[in-house]
Amino acid sequence: MPKVLVNNKEVEFEEGMTVLQACELAGAEIPRFCYHERLSIAGNCRMCLVELEKSPKPIASCAMPATDGMKIKTNTPFVDKARKGVMEFLLANHPLDCPVCDQGGECDLQDQSLFYGFDHSRYTENKRQVNEKYMGPLIKTEMTRCIHCTRCIRFATEVAGIPELGAIGRGEDMEITTYLEKSMESELSANVIDLCPVGALTSKPYAFEARPWDLKKTETIDVMDAVGSNIRVDTYGWEVKRVLPRVNEDINEEWISDKTRYACDGLLKQRLDSPYIRENGILQKSSWEQALKLLISKLQSFKPNEVAGLVGDLADLEMIYSFKSFFEKCIGSTNLECRQDRIYINPQERMNYIFNSSINGIEDCDFILLVGTNPRLEATILNARIRKAYIKNKLKIYSIGDAGDLTYPYQNIGSNTSIIREIVTGSHEISHKIKNAKKPIIIIGDSALYGKSGKYVFETLKKFLSDNNFVKKDWNALNILTQQASRVGAIDLGVHSINETENFSFFDKLDNDDFKLVYLLGVDNINFDKKNKFVIYQGSHGDKGAEIADIILPGAAYTEKNGLFINLEGKLQSAYKASYPPGDAREDWVIFKDLANMMKKPLGYNNAKNLRESINKLIQTKINNNVKKTNEVDFIGENILVKPIDYYYTNSIARSSKVMSECRQISKRYLFTGIEKAS
Amino acid sequence: MLKDEDRIFKNLYNDLGWDIESAVTRGDWSQTKDHISKGKDWIIKEIKDSELRGRGGAGFPTGLKLSFAPKRVGSRPHYLVINADESEPGTCKDRDILRFEPQKLIEGCLITSYAISAHTCYIYIRGEYFREGQILQEAINQSYQKNFLGKNACDSGWNLDIYLHYGAGAYICGEETALLESLEGKKGLPRLKPPFPALVGLYGCPTIVNNVETIAVVPTILRRGAKWFASLGKPKNTGTKIFCISGDVNNPCNVEEEMSIPLKDLIEKHAGGVVGGWNNLQAVIPGGSSMPLLPKSVCETIEMDFDSLIKAKSGLGTAGVVVINKDQDIIKCIARIAKFYKHESCGQCTPCREGCGWMWRMLERMAEGDATYKEIDLLYDVTKQIEGHTICAFGEGAAWPVQGLLRHFRKEIEKRSHEEPVIKKKSNIPYLIDQHLLEKDSA
Repeated sequence: MPKVLVNNKEVEFEEGMTVLQACELAGAEIPRFCYHERLSIAGNCRMCLVELEKSPKPIASCAMPATDGMKIKTNTPFVDKARKGVMEFLLANHPLDCPVCDQGGECDLQDQSLFYGFDHSRYTENKRQVNEKYMGPLIKTEMTRCIHCTRCIRFATEVAGIPELGAIGRGEDMEITTYLEKSMESELSANVIDLCPVGALTSKPYAFEARPWDLKKTETIDVMDAVGSNIRVDTYGWEVKRVLPRVNEDINEEWISDKTRYACDGLLKQRLDSPYIRENGILQKSSWEQALKLLISKLQSFKPNEVAGLVGDLADLEMIYSFKSFFEKCIGSTNLECRQDRIYINPQERMNYIFNSSINGIEDCDFILLVGTNPRLEATILNARIRKAYIKNKLKIYSIGDAGDLTYPYQNIGSNTSIIREIVTGSHEISHKIKNAKKPIIIIGDSALYGKSGKYVFETLKKFLSDNNFVKKDWNALNILTQQASRVGAIDLGVHSINETENFSFFDKLDNDDFKLVYLLGVDNINFDKKNKFVIYQGSHGDKGAEIADIILPGAAYTEKNGLFINLEGKLQSAYKASYPPGDAREDWVIFKDLANMMKKPLGYNNAKNLRESINKLIQTKINNNVKKTNEVDFIGENILVKPIDYYYTNSIARSSKVMSECRQISKRYLFTGIEKAS
Repeated sequence: MLKDEDRIFKNLYNDLGWDIESAVTRGDWSQTKDHISKGKDWIIKEIKDSELRGRGGAGFPTGLKLSFAPKRVGSRPHYLVINADESEPGTCKDRDILRFEPQKLIEGCLITSYAISAHTCYIYIRGEYFREGQILQEAINQSYQKNFLGKNACDSGWNLDIYLHYGAGAYICGEETALLESLEGKKGLPRLKPPFPALVGLYGCPTIVNNVETIAVVPTILRRGAKWFASLGKPKNTGTKIFCISGDVNNPCNVEEEMSIPLKDLIEKHAGGVVGGWNNLQAVIPGGSSMPLLPKSVCETIEMDFDSLIKAKSGLGTAGVVVINKDQDIIKCIARIAKFYKHESCGQCTPCREGCGWMWRMLERMAEGDATYKEIDLLYDVTKQIEGHTICAFGEGAAWPVQGLLRHFRKEIEKRSHEEPVIKKKSNIPYLIDQHLLEKDSA
C-alpha cells in the first residue's frame, strides 16, 4: 500500500484516494465546504488548502490525488494563513445574519469561522445582495447567504438525475437558480437543504419553527415506503418538527425522499384522539371502555369464520403480531390478510417476496430489467441507487411496461406478458443479455403481480432465473419491489390467507360478503363494498378507513411507538418512540392486550420485551425455512400496466399533510424531466 | 535590431497579401513533407533544441509540452487545440497572424498534429475576431483545395482536419482548460489540475493546447533549423517575438523583434517614442494587463525576455507593452484593469470571485482619494490572499498588476489617502454601557 506523510505521521492509503481522504486517515481534520464524498469534486471553495512539500502554492487537498511519498502539512502557519484568507473572502459578502438564520447552530460556515475567521471584518464596501429564488414549496432560499459551493447543483445533476439547478452569471454576479424560477421536480429535492453548508437553502415548512439545540433527536425508521430509510426525528414537546436523514450505507446512504422528510406535518393533523362509535350513522365520541365493550359484544355475536382482519401499510411487527395472536387466540379466526392491493404473492419461500439483490447490490449489477414498476415513485431511494449504478457501470436498463418518467434512460421493450414468454423461451434478444450478464437484476413491481397474469409473471421469471443459475447464495437476481412498509414483515409473520391452490381466497370471500365483521388495522388504501358489514377501524388518522368504520379505535403513528419494521430487502430494523400518541390514543399492541384481557383470553405477553422475543422467534423460523420450489404456470396473455401513483398521497399520513398537498398540486404541472433518451 | 531575413512573419503588415499563393511565394509549405518524413521524434527534438517557449503568456517550453502527449495512440484519439482566444488587454499579436499569416499557422498545425499524433485540430478563436475568423476559414479552405489539409495532407501520408470554433467573448476561455470546457459546449469554467490536458483534455482525450504564435513559428524553425532560432536572443529566451506596443506612444504598432531587445529600443525605435518624450514616461506594463508594471527607472535598462522580466518582478506575458506617461493617473489605470478582472472572473472559486471586486472597489476609492492608510496594507493582503489560492492562473493575473502598483507607486496612493476618521479622541468610553446614556442631552 502506498504511504503518505501527514504532519510527519505516516499513513497508508488506498490507491485513488485524494489528499484530503489521506489526511483524514491520519486524523488531520480538513475544513471544507464544496467537497462532499457522495458528489463529484468541484474544488472551488478553496477551504481545504494544505501545504505540499516542494509546491510553492498551497494545494486544494480535495482535488489532488494522493501519490506515494507525498509530504503533507496541515497545521503550519502557511496553511493557516491561506485558509484564513479564504474564510475572509467567504465572509466578505456573507450577510452574517446568523440570529435570524435557520441554519444557525448547524452551519458549516459558522463552525469553521470559529477556527479560521478574523475577529473583525475588514470589508467596508457594501455587501452583495442577491434576489430570492423560487424553488418550490419545500425549499426556502436566501441567496445572499450563498457561498457558491455548487453542492446543490451537483446533487441535482448527479444523484437526483434532474439537472434543474445551475449557476448563471459570472464572477461575483454568479447566482444559483432553477433557471426559470420553477419548483424543483425531483422527489429527492429537499436533500439540497442538508447539503447546503450555509443557510442559503433552508426548509420552507420548518422556517423559523425551532432552533436545533432545542429539539429532541430520536433516531428511527421511515415508513413512507418499503425501503426503510434511516431517519432522525426532531421533536419539540409533542410536535414532530422535522425529519432528517441518517447515514446508512446499505439503505439510504444519506438521502431521503421529500415524502419521508415532509409528510411529518401530517402527524399533527386529522389525528384520531379518542374512540368513536357510530350511532345512527353519525360517529360519536366515546370512552375506551364503552368502545371495547361494544367491540367484544359484536365479535362474540358472529361466528369466528365470519370475522376478518386486514393489516394496513404502516403497521409495525408488534402491531401485526398482536393482531394475529388476538385473532387466533381470542376469536379463533384465520381470516387475515395484509395485501390491500390484491397482488400475487407466493409466501412459501422468503426470497419470493423480498428484494434479494439488496439495495447495495444494485451498484454491482450489470443488467437491470424492470417488470411493471416505476421505481422513481415506488421507492425513490432505491431509484437513486439505480441511477448511481447507471452512472457507475454504464449499464443498460430495460422495462416491461411503460415505467414513465425515470431519472435515467431506459428502453421499453413492450408491455404484454408474451414478452416474458419470449424471454423465457430464448427468442427475445433480452434473453441472451440476461444470460450473458454476470450480475443481472430483475425487479418485479406490484403492477406486474396484479391481475390474472401475476402468478404467471412471477413463477415464470423465477423459474427462468433459477434455471440459469441466477438464484444463488452470493447473487440472487429475483427482486420484488413492494411499496408498503409493513408488507414483508406481515408475510413473515404469516398474516395472509394463502394456500397452495388459492391465492386470493380472502378477497373472494370479502367480495362475496362472507364476512360479517371486518377489522381494519390502519387500512386506508382499500376499496371494498361495505354493505352490511360491521367495520372496526384502528389507526392513527381519520382517513378512508375511519370514514366507513362503525367503531374507531385511535392508535399511534410510527413516530409515537417503539416498533420493528422489515424493509423490502428483509432487513429487520427498529423504530424508536420520538413522541407520544395524542389524546386518548394508545399504542396498538396495548389495545389488543387489553381486549384479550377483557375477553379473559390473555395473549401470553404483558410487556414489550416479551412481545419482541416471540416476534423474533417467529421471524427466525421463517428466515431459516428453506423450501426450494419452482412452479410451471400456464401462460396468460395480459398487458402489464404500471399503475399511476399519486406520489404525494400514498398513505394516510401523507394525505393529512399540508406540505404534501402543495407538492401534489405543483407536481401536476410537471412536464417530462428531460433525461437523455436511450438509444 | 532584427535583420529582415530573420523575420518569421514577413507579412505582418499585409504588404504581401495573405492568400495562399502569396504565402507559398514567401516560402510557406515548402519542405513540409520532408520535415514530416523525418519523424515525430525529430520534430520534437528540433523544437526542444530551438528552446522555443510558449508565446501565450506562461512561457512553458513548447518542445517539452509536445513530448507530454502519449507516445502511442490508445483507445482515445489525440487532439491539437490552438488557443486563438486572444483577449489580454494590450495584446493583438495573434490577430495579425490570423489575418495576415494564416498559412504559417495552418502549416504549424499540420506539423504539430503529426508530432503529437492528432488527426483533428481545433482552432478556438475569440468571438470578436469575426473578420479574422472569416479570413482564417478562407485560408483553411484554400489549403484544403491545394491538398495541404485533409486526407494525406501535403502528400505526407498524414490525415488532418482543422475546425474553427468561435468563442463567445469571455476572457477566461483563454485559460486552456476553460477553453476545452467551452469547446465541449459547456460553461467556460477552468478545470482542476491534475489531470492535465495532455492526458485528459478535450472530451477526456489527450490534448495539447498551444498559442497561435507558438504554432505559427514551428514551420520556420524546422525550415531554418533549431540552431538559427536558438542563436537569436539569449539562452533559454530564444528566437523572435511579436511585440504589441500601445498606450502613450507616438506610433502604436505590432513589431517582430528579437528576444531580449531593450525595452527602451522597442519604444524609441519602433513606436516613435513616448508621447511627451522619454522623460515624460511614468510606467510600462511589459506583458499585457496581467503583468505588474515597471517604473521608469527599471524601463531604462530592462531587456524584454522571460527571465529578465521575472527578475524585475514582472513578466513577459504576451509581450503586450502598454506605455503609461505622466499625463495618466496611474491609480486609475490599475483600477480600470482591476475592473476588467472583476468583470471577467468566472466565479467558480472563492478567492477570485470575492477578491477581484473588493480590489476594484478599494482602488476606485484610492483613485478618488477616499481611502485610509490602513487600506493600502489591506489591499496588499487581499492580493496575497488571492494569489496562489485559485484553481487557475486568473487569480495571479488579477492580483499582480495591483501588487505592481503597490510596489512602485505606494507613495502616490499615500499622498491621496488620509488617516482613519476618529470620532472622539481620548473619549475613553467604557465598553458595554448604553452609549446614549453618556450623551449630555439624555442624561
